[in-house]
Amino acid sequence: MTHPSLLTEDLTIRFGGHVAVDAVSCAFNPGELTVIVGPNGAGKTTFFNMISGQLMPSAGRVMKDGIDMTRFPASKRARHGIGRAFQLTNLFPQLSVLENIRLAVQAQAGEGARFFRPVGRFTELTARAERYLEATKLQAVAHQPASALPHGDQRKLEVALLMAMEPDIYMFDEPTAGMSLDHAPDVLDLIAEIKHDKSKTVLLVEHKMDVVRALADRIIVLHNGRLVADGAPDEVMSSQIVRDVYLGTAPATEDASA
Amino acid sequence: MKGTLTVKTASLAIWAVLLFAPFLFQDVRSMEVAARIAVFIALVASYDLLIGYTGIVSFAHTMFFGFGAYGAAISLKHIGAGWGALGLGALAGVAVSLVIAVLIGLLSLRVKAIFFAMITLAAASVVLVLAQQLSGLTGGEDGITYKTPAIFKTAAKLMVDEDGKVVRLMGVKLNGKLAAYYFVFVTAALMFWMMLRITGSPLGTVLKAIRENEARAEGIGYKVVAYRTAVFCIAAVTASLAGSVYAVWLKYTGPDTALSFTIMIDILLMVVIGGMGTMWGAVIGATALVMAQYYLRDLMEAASTAVASVPVLPDLLAPERWLLWLGIIFILLVYFFPSGIAGTIINKGDAK
Repeated sequence: MTHPSLLTEDLTIRFGGHVAVDAVSCAFNPGELTVIVGPNGAGKTTFFNMISGQLMPSAGRVMKDGIDMTRFPASKRARHGIGRAFQLTNLFPQLSVLENIRLAVQAQAGEGARFFRPVGRFTELTARAERYLEATKLQAVAHQPASALPHGDQRKLEVALLMAMEPDIYMFDEPTAGMSLDHAPDVLDLIAEIKHDKSKTVLLVEHKMDVVRALADRIIVLHNGRLVADGAPDEVMSSQIVRDVYLGTAPATEDASA
Repeated sequence: MKGTLTVKTASLAIWAVLLFAPFLFQDVRSMEVAARIAVFIALVASYDLLIGYTGIVSFAHTMFFGFGAYGAAISLKHIGAGWGALGLGALAGVAVSLVIAVLIGLLSLRVKAIFFAMITLAAASVVLVLAQQLSGLTGGEDGITYKTPAIFKTAAKLMVDEDGKVVRLMGVKLNGKLAAYYFVFVTAALMFWMMLRITGSPLGTVLKAIRENEARAEGIGYKVVAYRTAVFCIAAVTASLAGSVYAVWLKYTGPDTALSFTIMIDILLMVVIGGMGTMWGAVIGATALVMAQYYLRDLMEAASTAVASVPVLPDLLAPERWLLWLGIIFILLVYFFPSGIAGTIINKGDAK
């Protein structure tokens, strides 16, 4: 086995008396796509927030490639290669699609503090931004403000921002939430492509069972903030505990939980 | 892009008028107006970088303006009327501004916008009171008068003919007043150009990103506090330099010309009238407000005399009511140009 690229050790967060994530220890490996499932309120997004730095844990550690990131602010984690896309679209609404992507490219290239040369003359940055524009099929709307895009395109832009960060760890939080059926495959293809790069680690929160089956190398299950199952997809999906905590909440069909 | 083009053309036209102002309007008052407009364009542009581009609300912009003005003034008064003294004074102003900006920035840019605004307000009040009280250094309420480098003396001759008289070009004496005006014009234009460059650079995009979505900017790897502190320092240094330049032009620095909250309100009005986050709006806003402050009274005087035979109207239009009319004009402007003159024209024009 390769060394895990990302490691959480007893990661815990309390909001007042409520323990939202409770001592989750988990290792994530390069070349592996881990889907995190669990009913609403299980702590999946909170778990993500502690890894990418939006929330500081009450206890426990986050390690990436042997470096303790627990006290790093989000920007520093991003610069260390932890990239995150958000469940609720989280863009720069008044800036154009291209500018949105270029911001992420620019952050990755460490050119954000350049204050004199016009943006347009950083052709290398623009070229890189255009690659992600193409990859997410957003060329046609490149110069529109992000706020003017339909929901599906905003979701794609969200993914484009993450890709443009060129991280080692890709964290997707329900990337296809609210997307129409003809848009979702674009995003899923992109994730599948990232998965092919064996140096990348992918974490994915997803409800749709068909997506989980198509992409997952491994599934972990969170329930009431605890890690209750971890293993290969078939094994986890058929285990009794998962039926109890997760599928049990949607008795009609498996897919209804989406 | 039509709206942007209109705004740029209008702003460049204003700059062109400022460039030829001494030749177009050959009287002392017009020169005062032109120089004030130029200085305020630089000052407002640097403030727009804060409030319009980054979303930082500060009430300490006149404080930095004052540091520059008093730095130059004190140095010119005590060291002598040379370029060295002026440079030293301006540098001292910049240094003090930088230190205070870094301190305020690091200590308080992490807090919510409203608290930050309050902290800047408190700092600015303290500095204003200090300037009024430390009369030994600042001249107190009376301020300081001083001499500026010899070339700026009204009697200075830039070019002389065979008889030793100052040469006239298109009827304008090539004297020290003209030199002083072009010193103001060139430095203000340079500062404005610098602000434009910043807004168009990668840094400018990051600032807009922070304004738009601070958390995501942090999330893709930008250290927001560092960027905000940096832009606060850039704005402070620019304001300070503008203050030094204005001190040279006025040959007088006092609380009213360099530190009072009236100036802060003027800056805010100019940014709002011009259009926040447009940079070119600074040119339009500064011109509009300074012109109104200088000429609205004259205009009303004329209007009042013209309608002298009509009842009530002359009273309403009496020049001493100019502030009332300025207020009405401002309300109308905000109503018809909700994003400022430049901002609204850009939005409407570019939408087509």
